[in-house]
This record gives sequence, C-alpha cells and structure tokens, in this order.
Amino acid sequence: MSNFYLDNPSLKHHLHHPLMRRIAELKERNYADAAQYDYAPFDFEDAIDSYEKVMEIAGEVIGEVVAPNAEEVDHVGPSVVNNRVVYAPGTVENLKATIQAGLMGLSMPRRYEGLNMPMVTFIMAADMSARADAGFCNLWALQDCAETLYEFGNEDQHKRFLPRACAGETLSMDLTEPDAGSDLQAVMLKATYDEANDCWRLNGVKRFITNGDADIHLVLARSEEGTKDGRGLSMFIYDKRDGGVDVRRIENKLGIKGSPTCELTYKNAKAELCGSRKLGLIKYVMSLMNGARLGIMAQATGLSEAAYREAIAYAKDRKQFGKAIIEFPAVYEMIANIKAKLDGSRAILYETARFVDIYKILEDIEKERKLEPAEKEELKKYKKLADAFTPLGKAMTTEYANQNTYDCIQVHGGSGFMKDYTCERIYRDARITNIYEGTTQLQVVAAIRHVLTGTYLARWKEYQEELQNPELDGLKARLEKLVAIYEQIVPKVADTKDNEYIDFQARRLVEAAGHITLSYLLLLDTNRDSEAFKRSAEVYVTYAEAEVHKIQEFINEFPIESLEYYKQA
Amino acid sequence: MSLKIIVLAKQVPDTRNVGKDAMKEDGTVNRAALPAIFNPEDLNALEQALRLKDEIPGSTVTLLTMGPPRAADIIREGLFRGADGGYLLTDRAFAGADTLATSYALHEAIKKIGQFDLIISGRQAIDGDTAQVGPQVAEKLGLSQITYAEEIQSVANGKITVKRRLEHGVEIVEGKMPILVTVNGSAPDCRPRNAKLIQKYKYAKTASEQQANDDAANSRSTRANAILGEWSATDVNADPKQCGLSGSPTKVKKIESVVFQAKESKTLDSSDQQIEELIVELITNHTIG
Repeated sequence: MSNFYLDNPSLKHHLHHPLMRRIAELKERNYADAAQYDYAPFDFEDAIDSYEKVMEIAGEVIGEVVAPNAEEVDHVGPSVVNNRVVYAPGTVENLKATIQAGLMGLSMPRRYEGLNMPMVTFIMAADMSARADAGFCNLWALQDCAETLYEFGNEDQHKRFLPRACAGETLSMDLTEPDAGSDLQAVMLKATYDEANDCWRLNGVKRFITNGDADIHLVLARSEEGTKDGRGLSMFIYDKRDGGVDVRRIENKLGIKGSPTCELTYKNAKAELCGSRKLGLIKYVMSLMNGARLGIMAQATGLSEAAYREAIAYAKDRKQFGKAIIEFPAVYEMIANIKAKLDGSRAILYETARFVDIYKILEDIEKERKLEPAEKEELKKYKKLADAFTPLGKAMTTEYANQNTYDCIQVHGGSGFMKDYTCERIYRDARITNIYEGTTQLQVVAAIRHVLTGTYLARWKEYQEELQNPELDGLKARLEKLVAIYEQIVPKVADTKDNEYIDFQARRLVEAAGHITLSYLLLLDTNRDSEAFKRSAEVYVTYAEAEVHKIQEFINEFPIESLEYYKQA
Repeated sequence: MSLKIIVLAKQVPDTRNVGKDAMKEDGTVNRAALPAIFNPEDLNALEQALRLKDEIPGSTVTLLTMGPPRAADIIREGLFRGADGGYLLTDRAFAGADTLATSYALHEAIKKIGQFDLIISGRQAIDGDTAQVGPQVAEKLGLSQITYAEEIQSVANGKITVKRRLEHGVEIVEGKMPILVTVNGSAPDCRPRNAKLIQKYKYAKTASEQQANDDAANSRSTRANAILGEWSATDVNADPKQCGLSGSPTKVKKIESVVFQAKESKTLDSSDQQIEELIVELITNHTIG
C-alpha cells in the first residue's frame, strides 16, 4: 500500500502554506458555491480539508496504480495503428483510475463539472505523478489546456468542451512544426475560412506534439494569408470527433516513452477559432506556455523526488568495505545535495503556483465584476511575480532534475548503468525537462528581464522582512552577503549596454538569482518547519555561496573582449 | 430493470502487515496495533455491485456492515466510491459473534431492509478466513448462492450469469434472482475513492457519531448528503440469544503461531513401496489420520 501524498510530508507542508487561505477564499468567491453544490466547501477549514482529502486520493491512485505500471509503460510504450495512437496497457489503466477517482478537471469551475480547486493542488498531483511516471505526468498536466480554453474561449465553447475535459477526455496543444520549434513565429499550418460550412479548415503538418491524438486539441495556425510573423497566427480548437487529423508517426524518444510524441497531418480538418484572430501566439500561446512551464517544473520536481528516494534507498542497502555506502562522505554529500536541490525545487514550484493561482483567479473574477483597487494591485503584483518566477523556476528545477538523476545513477555505481534499476529510467525521463516548453537557454531570455529590472531583488527584500526568527539570523546574514554580490555583478554586466555581452552573461546572472531565491524560500520553509527543512537550508545556502562566488569571479575577471574567443566561425 | 443491491462488508484488522505486536499474549488479535481496513474481498464485491449500477440506470447499492461504531467508516468508504447508502449494525449484544451469530444478525438486518434483487459479499474476511458468512446468510434467507465469483457477466430477465474462479479453471453459471453472490479476490480491484464524492459525503455520520461530535462538527452535518443507518439488535428484531457470544457455538480453544519450516527434503519415486512407506510415516507422525 503506497500513497505518494501521505508518504511525503513536504507536500502537506506546501499545501498548508499561509497564502492558501487567500487562494481558497478567492477561488471559492467567499464560499458562495456551497449553497448550490453539495460538494462545495463552506469555509476555509472545509476547503483545505477537501484539498487534503483529494490529494490523498491522488496519492493513492498514483502510488497504487501509476507507479507499479511505470516500468512496463516505459518498455512497451504507445504505438500507431491505422493513424491512431494506442497507449501502452498500463497507460490505459492509469487514465481509467484517474478518471474514476474524479481527478480530471481539478481546477475547472463546478458549473462545468470540475472540482474548482487551486492550481497548487493540480501541480501537486503533477509532482506526485512525475515521481511515479514522468511520461504519465504529461497526460495529466495537459489538462492545463482546459485552463487556456476556459480563459480565452467563449461561453458556448466552455459548455461544449470543458465538461468533456472534466470527464477525462484528453487534450493536446499543437504548436511546433518541423521548422518552428523554439521560434513559433515561423508556424505555417494553414487555417482558411470555409464560407460554405461556416467553419475554419486546417491544412499542414505539426511535429513533436505530446499526446497528439488527444480528444480535444488547441492548435496554433496561420489564419492571415501572406503574413510571416507571430501576428498572423490564431488559436483554434480541433475536436477529434470531427476527424481530419491523422497521426503519421510517433517519435522514438530517449525518455518519457509512455507519452506519445506525434507527427500530425491536417487534411482539411474542421476547426473553430478560440478567442480573437491574430492573438494566437502573442497572447494565448504565451499564457498556455506559462501554464505548461509550471507543469514541467512539477515534472522536474517529481523526478528529483524519485532520484532522492532511489539514491538514499540504494546507499543504505549497498555495503562496501564492510559498511553501507551512505556512511562515506563522498556518497552522503551527493545525497545531501540531491535533497537540498529537491527541497529547493519544490519550494520555488509551489511559490510560483501560488502566484499563478492568485493572479489567474483575480483575472477570472474580473470577468464577473469590477475589481477593488486593492485587488487590482494584488493582481498586478502576483502576475509580475508569476511572470518572473516561472522561467526562473523552470530553469532551476529542470537543471536540478538532470543533476539529481545523474547523481542518483552515480550513487548506484555500476548497477546504475544497468537497465535493472529505476534510476536509469528517471535519468532518461529527466533529460527532456530542460529542453521542452522552452529550453533553459530560452528561460534565461525571459528571466534576465527581471534580473535587470530588479523584480527578484525586490521580492528578496520582502522575504528578508518576513524572516523574523533569531534561529535563522546566521543563514539570513549569509544570504545578505550573496545579495550584495548580486547587486555588484548585475550592474557590472548591464552597464556595458552591450546586448550580446549581456546575453552572454545572462545565464550566470539568472543562475545567481536562482540560487538566492531558492535559498530564501528554503529559509522560509525552515521558518515554518525547522525540523523538516533546516538541513536542506544549510546545505543549499552553502552550495549557493560557492556557486554565486564562482559566478562573481567569472563576471568580474572576464574582459569583454574575450567574447571573441567564444564566437564560432 | 433497475436493481436493488446489498453489499455485505466487514471492517477488519489489516493482517497483511502484521508486526510483532499483532497478537496479545493470550493469543487474541491485538486490534489496537493493526489499522482497521475495508476487507479486501468485500471491496472486490463492492466493485461488482458498482459495475452493475453503472450498467443498469436507477440501480442502487446499499452497504450493510456489522461492527463497533467506528465501522461506520466502511459505509463512508462505500459512499466515496459510488454506493448510495448503508447501515451499520452495532450493539454490544453482537459482540463476540462467530459466523453463525453474524449471519443470523445480518439476515435479520436484510429482512429489515426489505426488498432486494442481489446480495454481494466478499468470499471471506482476512481476519477469520472462514468463507462461511455469505453462504449462511443465503441459507437463512432461503436464497440460492453462487460462490467464488470472479465476474458478474450479465443480469437479464431475472437471471444472473456469473463466472466462478475454481481451483482448476473457471465455470460459468446462471442463477435466478434474488440471489447471493460471494466474490473472489481474483475479481477486478475496486475503483478508487472519487474526489467529488469524498467532498460530498465526508460529513455523513451515524446518529451516535453525531451525538459524540462537538457543535462545530454538528453544524456541518446538515451537509450529510446521505443517511448512515445505525441499527441495534432490537432495531432489527434479533433474538438476543442468537446474537453475539451467546449465539456462537464456536469456542476458540487455543491460538498458536505456526512457523513453517522445511528442514530437509526427500525425493520419492512412484513405486508402491515408497508410497506405502510415506503413508505409514504420515500416519505415525499424525500428519494424516
């Protein structure tokens, strides 16, 4: 009997963050649904109790069904039969159990058959599912497309599609094409208006589409003939029931093998416009991608959790030179670092999810009524924070998932290189996380803005204020020193006003911001639960100091002319 | 035709994870040391009932359980998975019941529930492993019974078709309803608890649980959304002499902890002489006979 919620107290810790009171109150519109729905909460205590119970159910389904299927799903994988995807039998079971448990449509409003629960809980289920099977986590997290459909679709589309998503029909976001990966402005899939049938028609090819044979697709296509950039793109809804999209092949990937990655051909496929024309990329897909990035942060965190558990279990069990290898400093240091990076990843994951929750719910409320000035401020504040923390968090958590799964194999020694242990699967699965939904290099492009405009710095000042605990004064002082270094190196780079040079150093500056952010968040976690987080806070701050000093050294000692040595002919 | 289905379920100590303190010194089960769970095969039974409910609109699934007050959890667990309601038989008079007294009490409760088409229970409970209660209830109610069911394949025209899992294969049988079916552990696992249903029924309480609650909790019980029936021996018109200890002819004489040990192995050929020697040896050491 394993329950991935109950056996992991750090999830409960994050579910009970003080900001959850505000999130629940907003999400529940002051608990107005209770009068209308017999399963809606009356007050905060009732709401948090329900969140807890639903997470327990998710933990049970993931622990009892998804986890035991993971190995087989990885080996068997999906296949294509008659242009349709056939999931591995384990994946079918996983989906069935998730649907029976009523977990689909977790964040959707009750009027569309959803559970109206916060993004934090949706992300928590993704975190747990990635620990069990990172490929299945994709099918789970693609529910986030429903969020986009809810945000930008019209009432009629809500009524037709959202209850289906809540009942367990799967979703996909069809964005990339052979020549449009990171550069989505180059999307060529053609959308033409069919006057006779009063609908749009899609023609062309999409590539690398996760769960590309989904029931409901959100498709980015070129609706404005003759255009070449992002302003000619619109977002469409394609319903598989209408037909017209075939799966040509699925990719043979290094990892997340249970999640089908499809090449799709659109042959006059009937589709309907979602939102306004021309806003497809610049507004809707940006929002969709931000949601998806949060999902990948959860996936990365779940993988780090798996890496930690596999590593520590093996290190306690394996004996060499007459004792368990965990007793050797070389091994326990690796495991302590995995744990610190895991706890740091989880800290930024849920911090970001809370920011997203608050601003998205306020945006939704804004559709119902005018916001009070204070609420408008709140929306603005958290939207900016979500915008800053999403790329930073995605970069940090996914790089750590790679480092942690790598170290997990290292702890296993020769056995880790064999296909017999879980560590090889999670190592392969982790590899995609810092690539898709925007590579780390692209996250840096998004995050550097907030380095240069001081968003992170301003937030750290708030954390600093919040940390009023003499026990943590030592760590706090050490962090202040790191902030001072950051305040020195950022202008040193920025003041050159040389964009290429700034781009060159951007990764280092963003990483420094990441180390300091994660350190602060771990201190805040320690402040709430010293016993659970003290060790990780100490280990992480020490690690952050070494890293930030390294970055400082590199930037301070780097003559701008040396950039020439790096340029490739 | 919709069905009225009664599922018999039992709360049992989780004997699958038995630690050192599982038994008391006097040889009885130390219930405090073992978590109370839904008897696994009763969950298989519940799943069969819920599948019929999914298939035949308007059908209802009612749980019936006998046990201490905390066994109300069994009914809630059923509600969280899709059952419609349930009854807890609880009374000091039922305490210490063997299979005979248990089946007597359950059959009186079923008579009180009244109309039904189908009674489904697990094959046996993991604490006693007798597999007697289901069949005895059927006998007392004068019903036919199908045991070791792995799948209820169809229900039509007052007849039920069931696949039974037997030692050497499977058997498909048909029976006339009303009927009692006991379900084998090889049947499909029960579906998980449902996120909406757990929110809907988390405040469902029996009358005595409501009395034990404080005011804050009671204000929430307006949101019970389901009745958790609670019946005493008197409520179901049970004869006290046939209930609990006084209705139980089974007396436990001694409980031993048996440890299987294979000390040595012997290979025999199929000659008459070797077989005869083995039989003599087994009779002499009282393994058989």
